[in-house]
Amino acid sequence: MTAPAPPPTKMDVPVKRLLVTLATAGAVAGFLIVFVFGWTQPIIQAYKAEQLRLAVQEVLKAPDRFDTLYVHDGALTAELPAGVDGTTLEQVFVGYREDGERIGFAVAAGEPGFQDIVRLIFGYDRASGTVLGMKVLESKETPGLGDKIEKDSAFVLQFDGAVTPLLGVKPRDATGDLHEIDMITGATISSRVVIRIINNTIERLGPLLDAYAASYAAATVP
Amino acid sequence: MGEVFWILVSAMVVNNFTLYYFLGLCPFMGVSARVETAVRMGMANIFVMTMASLCAWFLNTFILPHAPYLRLISFIVVIASFVQIVEMVIKKVSPKLFRQLGIYLPLITTNCAILGLALFQTNRGYGLIQGLSFAVGAGLGLTLALVLMASIRETGELSDVPSIAKGMALVLIIAGSLSLAFMGFAGLLSAT
Amino acid sequence: MSPRETAPQADFFRGVWRENPVLIQMLGLCPALAVTNTVENSLWMGLATFFVLTGSSFIVSLIKKLIPGEVRIPTFILIIATFVTVADMSLEAIVPTVHKQLGAFVALIVVNCMILSRQEAFAAKRPLGRSLLDAFGTGLGFIVALVMMGAIREVLGNGTLMGFSLFGPNFEPWVIFILPPGGFLTLGFWLLLLNWFQKWRTERAKVRAWPEGVGAPPERKAA
Repeated sequence: MTAPAPPPTKMDVPVKRLLVTLATAGAVAGFLIVFVFGWTQPIIQAYKAEQLRLAVQEVLKAPDRFDTLYVHDGALTAELPAGVDGTTLEQVFVGYREDGERIGFAVAAGEPGFQDIVRLIFGYDRASGTVLGMKVLESKETPGLGDKIEKDSAFVLQFDGAVTPLLGVKPRDATGDLHEIDMITGATISSRVVIRIINNTIERLGPLLDAYAASYAAATVP
Repeated sequence: MGEVFWILVSAMVVNNFTLYYFLGLCPFMGVSARVETAVRMGMANIFVMTMASLCAWFLNTFILPHAPYLRLISFIVVIASFVQIVEMVIKKVSPKLFRQLGIYLPLITTNCAILGLALFQTNRGYGLIQGLSFAVGAGLGLTLALVLMASIRETGELSDVPSIAKGMALVLIIAGSLSLAFMGFAGLLSAT
Repeated sequence: MSPRETAPQADFFRGVWRENPVLIQMLGLCPALAVTNTVENSLWMGLATFFVLTGSSFIVSLIKKLIPGEVRIPTFILIIATFVTVADMSLEAIVPTVHKQLGAFVALIVVNCMILSRQEAFAAKRPLGRSLLDAFGTGLGFIVALVMMGAIREVLGNGTLMGFSLFGPNFEPWVIFILPPGGFLTLGFWLLLLNWFQKWRTERAKVRAWPEGVGAPPERKAA
């Protein structure tokens, strides 16, 4: 393994002892790590689930409950066949009001931004084609300029109720159309990335959402 | 295909490993006095990074899903031993190549750039092709940074530097300027 | 390196300042530059490294007689990697927001040359108590250096210190300092300052040592 070959002049330590030392150290290390893993993992998982729940709550405007759907075999499904690991699949969240009425879908997506990948989650009502809300999950955009896509509430709130496909405009060219999003001065590229992610994701998943909505309607209204 | 290209260029210039993520600083500071050594060091880095990316992909796909908590330990052990084995093979097959790269290989097997590459690749969920493209991009970026640094240091060798700035202080300030220059690459691939 | 005889307090204070791992020995630069854009991040990173360093020094010093020299380095790395994994998971459970910002750099503590060099140069050769003192000193020196970096970068680059606004809303932050170039420049300027201080001290010592009535010391004639 990583052990440097013992110098030929110094063979007083038998190979067996070297192996035993490494194996013991490895076993003790493994035991300790598994112990800490068992302690921390539930906390970490709970935190991640809570963060996800908060993000979905925010972009779907506080649904009473939401379900997780998986993109599997070109369709959305709530129940995966046995043996398929859901954590590796793309997920779509669907939010409902208390009376069972569907509010909309929440989708997380990412694309290259100005510096690195920008990841965001947005809520979307397929029937009316409106965005319900947008939240940036992860970005490395320039502090003070590009990070306004995350921190400038005026920019973020524009997405509530905007109609897709979205169109980025400079503030002075704005006409008040519902498709329009005013881009941030000095961060045009970052603003466009947000708009592009939403448009591309809807284009990509739109047919799947339609198919799911149709089968859902067929299942609930006999 | 576009994504693979983006990963390559992003790792090479936009998010340069050395100048943006500060990975592989030890060789950057230590082996950047001569352009020729810098080039060789860079080549050795590309080589080891590709190997590391292969190892990380193998571990992530076949072994770590069953034991995620052993990620760090297994990365270190597997990458270090695999590079050592490949080193022995090269020594046997092509002594000439070994003389060119060999002395750098032990230096960089457990360098932060190598482990950083494996960890970033894992965090971003890259597959085999994406991982390899990431490794080559990162290696090229490291080479670029090393060679640029070495050229500046070679040129500046004869200049009259105040005594307090000699050595590391000057190297760091040059690196800062280079890093600043590389920030100009941001947005290179996202302008639409 | 053969062990020199040192006093216990020297083992401790040497690492904190005179042989500071970052500012003097230039070890562990990756984290010192990468995660020091705020004081909070610097502090947590420093604490995690401190924990790994003292933990592995303790274990290495404790079992040094049991480890054959041939597998010394792999065993050390195994021990360090174990502590880093523990630190990584604990940070994620205790302060998830900070852990998200530190990202892979917590795991990268394992390749921080400072830690392995302390095991090799000190813990593997000295008694337990001394090794712990040395680890405390070096770890504290690392935290000091990181916080020095973090303070400058956060104040200039964000106008805040530990999250509190210092200059009021009219301050236009010097954003470059929380971006990567700021890391290089801040450390560069810290080194300039320390070098200048060192030079000033040696020159003052020379002036003091110059005998009375023999004329001005040659080094000072320009001043």
